[in-house]
This record gives sequence, structure tokens and C-alpha cells, in this order.
Amino acid sequence: MTATTTRTSALPQQRDHKRRLVVVGNGMAGVRAVEEVLERGGAQQFDVTVFGAEPYGNYNRIMLSHVLTGQEQEDSIFLNSLPWYTENGIDLRAGVAVTRVDTFAKVVHDAEGGTTPYDVLVIATGSSPFFPTMEGLRREDGSMLDGVFGFRTLDDTRALLAAAREHRRAVVIGGGLLGLEAAHGLATHGLQVDLVHSPKHLMNQQLGPEAGRVLRRVVEGLGITVHTGVRTKGVHGTDRVTGVELPDGRVLDADLVVVAAGIRPNTTVALASGLDVERGIVVDDRMRCEGGAGDVYAVGECVQHRGQTYGLVAPLWEQASVLADHLTGADPTAEYHGSRTATKLKVAGVDLVQMGLPGPENDDDEFVVFSEPHRGVYLNVVVRDDRLVGATLLGDVRKTTFLQQAFDQGLPLPEERMSLLFDLGTPGEEVGVAELADDAQVCNCNGVTKGAIVQAVEGGATSLNAVMGATKAAKGCGSCKSVVEQITQWAAGGNLTVDESANWYVPGVPMAKPELMTAIRERGLKSVSAVFRELAPGGAEDAKSKMGLTSLLRMMWPEGIEEERDGRFINDRVHANIQRDGTFSVVPQMKGGVTTPEQLRTIADVADKYDVGMVKVTGGQRIDLLGVKKEDLPRMWKDLGMPSGYAYGKSVRTVKTCVGTDFCRFGLGDSTKLGIDLETRFQGIETPAKLKLGVVGCPRNCAEAYVKDIGVVAVGNGKWEVHVGGAAGASVRKADLLATVDSPEEVITLAGRFIQFYREWGNWLERTYEFVPRLGIERVRAVLVDDSDGLAAGLDERMQVTVDNYRDPWLEGQEPVTPGQFRTSLPLVDLPLVPRRPAGAPGGLVPEVHSNSNATPSTAEVSR
Amino acid sequence: MSVPTQRATRHDVCPLDDLPVGEGRAYVVGGEQVALFRRRSGKVSAVQATCPHAGGPLADGQIDERVVVCPLHQNAFDLDTGESTTGQPPIAVHPCSVDPDGRVTVEL
Ligand code: SRM
Ligand SMILES: Cc1cc2nc3c(=O)[nH]c(=O)nc-3n(C[C@H](O)[C@H](O)[C@H](O)COP(=O)(O)OP(=O)(O)OC[C@H]3O[C@@H](n4cnc5c(N)ncnc54)[C@H](O)[C@@H]3O)c2cc1C
Ligand code: SF4
Ligand code: FES
Repeated sequence: MTATTTRTSALPQQRDHKRRLVVVGNGMAGVRAVEEVLERGGAQQFDVTVFGAEPYGNYNRIMLSHVLTGQEQEDSIFLNSLPWYTENGIDLRAGVAVTRVDTFAKVVHDAEGGTTPYDVLVIATGSSPFFPTMEGLRREDGSMLDGVFGFRTLDDTRALLAAAREHRRAVVIGGGLLGLEAAHGLATHGLQVDLVHSPKHLMNQQLGPEAGRVLRRVVEGLGITVHTGVRTKGVHGTDRVTGVELPDGRVLDADLVVVAAGIRPNTTVALASGLDVERGIVVDDRMRCEGGAGDVYAVGECVQHRGQTYGLVAPLWEQASVLADHLTGADPTAEYHGSRTATKLKVAGVDLVQMGLPGPENDDDEFVVFSEPHRGVYLNVVVRDDRLVGATLLGDVRKTTFLQQAFDQGLPLPEERMSLLFDLGTPGEEVGVAELADDAQVCNCNGVTKGAIVQAVEGGATSLNAVMGATKAAKGCGSCKSVVEQITQWAAGGNLTVDESANWYVPGVPMAKPELMTAIRERGLKSVSAVFRELAPGGAEDAKSKMGLTSLLRMMWPEGIEEERDGRFINDRVHANIQRDGTFSVVPQMKGGVTTPEQLRTIADVADKYDVGMVKVTGGQRIDLLGVKKEDLPRMWKDLGMPSGYAYGKSVRTVKTCVGTDFCRFGLGDSTKLGIDLETRFQGIETPAKLKLGVVGCPRNCAEAYVKDIGVVAVGNGKWEVHVGGAAGASVRKADLLATVDSPEEVITLAGRFIQFYREWGNWLERTYEFVPRLGIERVRAVLVDDSDGLAAGLDERMQVTVDNYRDPWLEGQEPVTPGQFRTSLPLVDLPLVPRRPAGAPGGLVPEVHSNSNATPSTAEVSR
Repeated sequence: MSVPTQRATRHDVCPLDDLPVGEGRAYVVGGEQVALFRRRSGKVSAVQATCPHAGGPLADGQIDERVVVCPLHQNAFDLDTGESTTGQPPIAVHPCSVDPDGRVTVEL
């Protein structure tokens, strides 16, 4: 496929011959242009050859940001795989760069010395990262220091990922879209990231100063250190970068530096070919290049159209379409008039959409602003002559769809300008998807219109996933997913199918939970391997399904299942939580957070004896012993003589309590005792995801009961409120009030009934903060409190059997269940490698060793 | 990665019974850390013991007939080819067999 053509004389164009279309640049614009040509029947008119300097098919460059964070895998970002080129008869010269074009002889010269004649040429060379001049950036021979990266290609991203695994400190130069996404990506890998930006505020190209300041707070909240108004003076390091120097002489230590200080159109080929080049390759409204001899066109980031260059994908969809209209003759009058662009930042936890002007320019521009910096919210719109000419949405992007449509199509605006930013409670504010025009672009990343989605649905794609697969909609930055879903629903009418596998309890067995439970019960399956054998396609095991199945079986058969140790996750095999270096943490039970001097003494002795890395009071009101060797676990439990606190389990974990009536002057109920009773009764019971409880003696809520899976609050007169579905982890949700009851006994019954209900109906890994809203608190209340479905007695009964069959798993430590249950799994590494923090040392020691990816063979030969 | 380049030596590592069905155990073989897995089908595999992603202990992972899943961040690796099915670099796979007298040997 990569053999180069060496015919040098161009054949004269003949009517009965297909014309030769050669595209330079195998990126998003070049291949989109080819797709548009093919869509207009171009395969009959052209033999297509595509040159690409990168040795791959065409991938979605936008998604590199997600590849860097690990949200996406490389293979899922390809827009056109290598077989696509073959299937469409396209001669792809992957990995072959073009050096120049002879526009008079109509021949392309490539870096391998080959020459390829063309009839029509399209240049789509994109752009490259701009490396500003900085002292020390290059070695004497002109090569870049090791550890300095751009962020443009798949290869760049791979190199960054590899470096992120080995290093700890990164400096990103440039605080635009790309710099922020790079910084966030590196931070997600645990690197300490400094971001240096020479303008006064972040994303200064898109945002006004105020929005930039709010964004800065939000970005700093992600753990990234931001330096604005600071120009990097130079880079330190002789062979490899060691730091970045600021003008005031300060040096930021760095193991790697990412330069994201802007992009420059790739114009070398065009220049060498005598085409007109200013900032980019100059094109007219038909995408035709100026200078040189005819039949040369250009599209994408490499072009300059009406004085404008672009750094986003939306314009190139329009350009490619106009170009294809001309090349195929489908519409000889088509013209490109420039694009209105919108920017969306793809950083998890930061919602930012910006379009058009960042602020007012003319005296009579209307400007509506709302700013709430401490919440990270900043919103504005700029209105000129009753049309939307700019909008910035930071921290609250609910109005995106409406504003985007108004901006793109010049829709009439509501009189009350405030309603551009907020729903004021009046109906009809959201643009219903029904009203959207067919040619309204819904997905800007992949240039997909509402019409294309409707077509896909009519063509048989009746689930969101199928539509996304068929149209590529929502496969870019993802911000349009909810609109795509709405359109899909609307277009499918009642015929929407949900993605089947999304409902499966575990990926390896194609059944939803109720169905799976019925099958298991009917066939009396009591082991994980039996479930696979009887219910999985081809009887095949699936490693990622084992843990969920073990949990389900243990719930269904409280008297006992046929235990298979390989069905358990490592934590449940050794009853401790695995840590980043392969050591474990041990959290003894401390019911309700109440302990005794003897317990503390025992814990202290054990910590000494086994030389644990750190002793820490947890957020769950007990004590964590971290950095314990696997081999030490059984003896350690024996010495502790305390049960497991299940800090590792998909099970009931802790019950946090406050001091309640015994000591607190506000206490309305004995929260401490109730907490201990709850923990005693429900300890260690498997649940779909972890379950955390809290009991407080009054609504002051000192033990955070309102944000627990089950939160119990004493409200006086012997009454207790039971709240469910709360959380304060990655999601923060206040629990819903399930019922107010009259005694601690009733609390225990209701809590048990809720737990059993959740065990039977909750999806694997679905926390109660998802489970309760999924069913709705009214439904949960109807079933559990009003017994609408007659389930209550059964739930109570099955919970009682479960409690009766509880065995403390730590007892098994004495007699290993399997050979080598507690053998080390990293025999040549001196464990523990977690940083050691002596008690009381402020901040502890500097962690020297943090991961052992390069474990050096050392001492311990293992006894065989 | 440590795919053997010189002449590989056969090492007698452990009796098959030391490997619980469906689980992994780690050994030092010829100075290298190797994770052995005994699949439910009876097939035994030997692969490098540390995960290329961030050094996780693969022997503590969960397996099926095809892959081992690292316990730290759930990356998966094919037990026969070493290829990652989740986009990580591949792991080394060492030839491995069970003698008629029930001893597991690994070539390295
Ligand atoms: C030890 C502890 C931090 C501390 O030093 O205080 C801790 C440590 C871990 N938490 Fe936590 N969490 C701890 C309290 C909490 C709390 C506070 C609480 O329980 O009151 C929360 C918020 C409450 C909640 O869950 O709603 C909390 C929310 C999380 C989350 C987010 C869960 C979510 O769905 O939003 C995770 C991630 C997960 O489960 O996927 C997590 C996961 C983890 C894991 C288990 C990560 C892991 O899988 O290895 C950490 C184990 C570290 C280790 O190596 O041992 N931890 N974690 C706390 C142990 C409490 C205990 O005694 O059992
Ligand atoms: C990390 C990242 C995140 C981004 N996020 C967004 C976003 O969220 N939204 C958005 O709208 N845009 C985003 N962009 C920008 C977007 O990717 C570009 O606008 C788009 O890729 C431009 O397409 P193009 O075809 O012009 O250039 P490219 O996609 O760069 O394609 C040009 C191709 O031409 C090849 N080439 C160059 N010279 C030669 C030669 N001489 N011979 C042969 N081949 C050559 C190059 O190797 C390259 O493959 C992002 C970019 C990056 C890097
Ligand atoms: S202990 Fe909890 S908050 Fe801390 S790093 Fe681990 S998961 Fe994150
Ligand atoms: S260390 Fe193995 S998946 Fe991260």
C-alpha cells in the first residue's frame, strides 16, 4: 500500500478516465473532504490517493485529550481505520510526507523520493505546536531537550503517557484550551502540575478577564498551580529538562514540560510549491488556493480564509462540504463565508462553553453578566441588534443548546435577556428538539446535524449507542450527548431500544439482575463457575464479572455458596485493602467510632510490632494501619483480636456516630448506642456497592448523617428520621427522608429492610445515591414503609437469615484457605514502599518512593 | 519488557498443587519476578509479575481463560500473548508447562 508511484509524466486528462484526486494530509479535514466527495458519488469521478505524515488511519484529534486522561483508549478514537481506505479504493500512503508540489507539471513529490501525478490536489496539512524561543529549550545541535513535549499527535500523547507514568512534576506552558487539557490530563495521573501562562488570564483568546479569573479558581481547585502574566524565561537541564525558569528567577522543578503556546499552520509544502501563504495558505470562497497553477485547493487548519485562520474542527466541516461541492460539480455555486466558532473545554469537572465575543465591543452592545466566583460560575451574553453575538457559560452550561442555536442561526431572542442565562420558570424555554431545524448542527465536534440523526434512526439505529456509532455524534467532546439522546428519543417515537448490555448485571452474562436471579434460583446455581457454565455465552468465564457474581450469590444464598476463591477480588481474599505498591491496609472494626484504651493499646502494639508505614484516623471514624505486608496479615489479625472493619468491601462499612445524649448538651437521642447497634447487626453484609451509615443525636448533624447511604437523625420526643441515598464522595447528594419512626428498634428494622431491598434490586456497583433517585423516593417509601407491594415481610425475613449466618472472615486468617493465600505477589521488592510518616511529624516525610513500576531485583528469595 | 533473548533455561518452579485453581502466585524464577496462573481449564501461564501500567502485582489479579485483570486499575492482559486489551503496553509471557509428575516448569 505504501509503494510509491514513479511515473513522472502526467497523463493528459481524458474524458473516459477517472481524474486523479490527491490529498496531502490524512487528518480530520483531508479525510472529511474525501468522505464528502464520496458521498456525492465521487468514487465514479476520482481515483483517490491520500498522503499522511502520520503512520495511522485518520483519528479524532480532539479525543487525544481523553486518551491522555485515560477516559478513552487509543483504538476507540479512530474515525477511519485502515480497512476503510481499502474498502473505498483509496490509496493511502500512511507515514509518507509530501515535500513539494509542482503545480505546473501537476506532480506531488514525497519524502521517499516518489512522484505522484494529480489532476486535482487538496492540501490539508493542519498545523503544528508553536515552540516560542526560550533559553535552553534546545541543545547546541538544535535538538529539543528530552522531556519537552508538544501535544498534537497520537505519538505525542503516547510519549506523554509514558512520561507521566515515570515522573512526578510537570510544567505546562500555555493556558489556552490545549494547555488546560494537557495540565488536567497529567494531573489525573497524579503528577504535580504547574501551568505557566504569559497573558494576564487563562484562555484569554476566548474569555474576558473576569471569566478568566473564575476559571482560574476552578482549575486551581483541580490541584493545578496556575501562574498567569508570567512569561517563561528559560528551560533548565543539560540533556533532559529539570525545570522552568520564570522572569523573577524562580525555578519550577519539572521532569517534563509540555509546550502548548499556540499552533502554526503547516505551510511548508505550500510555500515550497509557490502558493500564496500569509499566516496560512490563502484560499478563496471556493477553497481554491491563490498563486501557483490551478486545481489546487486547501482545507482545514492550514488555510487562511478572508484573513482568518481557525484552530477548531467546526469550520473544517463546512469547508470540506463546500470543497466537495466544487470538486464533484454537485453545487458549483457553493461558497464558504467563514465560521462562527464555539469552544468547549474538555476537562472533567469544569463545564465551559464559549462562543463569539467574550464581551461587548460597541457602545450599544447589550451585555448581561452573572458571576458567582466562589461556586465557579460565570455567565454572560453579548447581544447586538437583537442578535446573539457572544456567550460565555462557565460552571452552568444548561443553556448551551438554546444559545448555540441562537448564535448559529440568528434566532430571535426573548425580550427578557436574563432568560438567556436562566430558566425563569416560564414554559417553553428549552428549545424542544422537535423545533430544531433539520440542518441545525447538533454535534460540532463531528459536524452532525439533527437531520443526520433522524436519518440514522430511520435507517434502523434505535438506541443512543447505535446512533452515536452510525453518525459519530457525541463522540467528540461529548457535551452534546444529552441533546443527541433527546433527538434520538424523539425521532424513534416509542420504538427506542435501550442498549442491551447497559442493563446486564455484569458484562460477562447477558442478563439483567432480576432475570439473572430467576435463572440462578431455578437452576440452583451456587458457584460463580456454574453461573458462567450455564448462563454465559459459550460458557465462557469473564474475569471482570466474577466479583459481582460472588456478591450476588452470597446475597441469594445466605446459608452459604460453593466458595470459589478466584471469584473474589484480592481484598476479599485477604480481608484487607490493596495499596498502590502491593502492600495492604488494615482497618479494625470500631463500632460507631467508639474505642477503648485497651483497643488503642493493642492497635499501638501491633503498629509497632509490624512496623506499619502509617497510622491514620480515617474519615470513617476508625484507625487505619497502612503499608502492611501481605505475609504479615494473618499474624497481625491474630494479635489485634478485633474484627474486620470492611474498609475494602462492597458491603456495609461503617456507622459514624456523634456523642449524642450521653455527653452533648443538644442531644435528643442516644445516637452512639443506636450506631453501635446498627453496626453490630449489619456488619460485613454484602451490598451492590459500599454502604455507609451515620447516626446523629440532633439535626446539627455532626456525624454527617444527611450525606450517608443511610442517615439517622434524632428529632426529639423519641422520634428518629431515617434518610436514604445520600453521599459526599465523588457525588454529593443529600439523602431523602424515607420515614420518621418512633423508636431505635424501628430504625433498625427499616434500615435492614432498605438494605435488603437495595441488595436485591440495586445494580452491581450502583451506590444508593444512584439507586434511590432511579426508583424515586416515593416508590421506595411505598414499598418499604407502606408495603405497597407486600414485600416488607420477605425482605425482613431474608435480612434476618443473612444476619444469622454472618461469620467474621478474619477468623480464617489463622488457617490459610488456599495454598499461598498470603504469599507476596512482588517477591523481589522490599515492601513496604509507601512513604513512611511518623506520628506527629507535620506532613510526615517527603515520599521518596511512591510506586514501584521499576522494581529493582533485590533481596528476598522466596521459600518455595 | 523482558522477553528472553538468549538461550532460555528451564526452571522447575513449584508443584501444581501450590497454585489454587483460578488464582495466581508469584515466584522468583532465574532472578526475575514471574506470576503463575492456573486457569480453571487446567492450563498454566507464566507472565511478568508487575503490571506495566503502574507496577501493580498481577498475581493478585483476577483471571479467566483469556486475560488477567490487574487489581490496581483493572487493566487487562492476554495470558497467552501478553497483549493488553485495555491499551497498555504488553507484558512478557514465558513458556510454561506442567510435568507428568505435577511440577510446573518455566522457561526463562
Ligand atoms: C481511608 C479513607 C480515607 C481516610 O484516610 O480517611 C478512605 C480511603 C479510600 N477510599 Fe474513601 N476513604 C475513606 C472515607 C471516605 C468517605 C467518608 C466517609 O465514609 O464518611 C467518603 C465519602 C462518603 C461516601 O462514600 O459517600 C469516601 C469516598 C470514596 C469514594 C467515592 C465513592 C463515590 O461513589 O462517590 C471512593 C472511590 C470508589 O469507591 O470508587 C473511595 C475509595 C477509597 C479507597 C478505598 C480507594 C481504593 O479503592 O483503594 C481508599 C483506600 C486507601 C487505602 O489504600 O487504604 N472513597 N471515602 C477513609 C476510610 C473510611 C473508613 O474508615 O472506612
Ligand atoms: C489535544 C487536542 C484537543 C483538541 N480539542 C478540540 C476541541 O475540543 N474542539 C475542537 O473543535 N478542536 C479541537 N482541537 C483541534 C482539532 O483537532 C483541529 O482543529 C483539527 O484536527 C484540524 O484538522 P486538520 O485536518 O486541519 O489538521 P490535522 O488533524 O492536524 O491533520 C493534518 C494532517 O496532515 C498531516 N501532514 C502535515 N504535513 C504533511 C505533509 N507534508 N505530508 C503528508 N501529511 C502531512 C499531519 O501529519 C496530520 O495528520 C484539538 C486539538 C488537539 C491537538
Ligand atoms: S484516600 Fe480517597 S480521596 Fe484520598 S486519594 Fe484515595 S480515593 Fe482519593
Ligand atoms: S498498575 Fe496495573 S492497572 Fe494500574
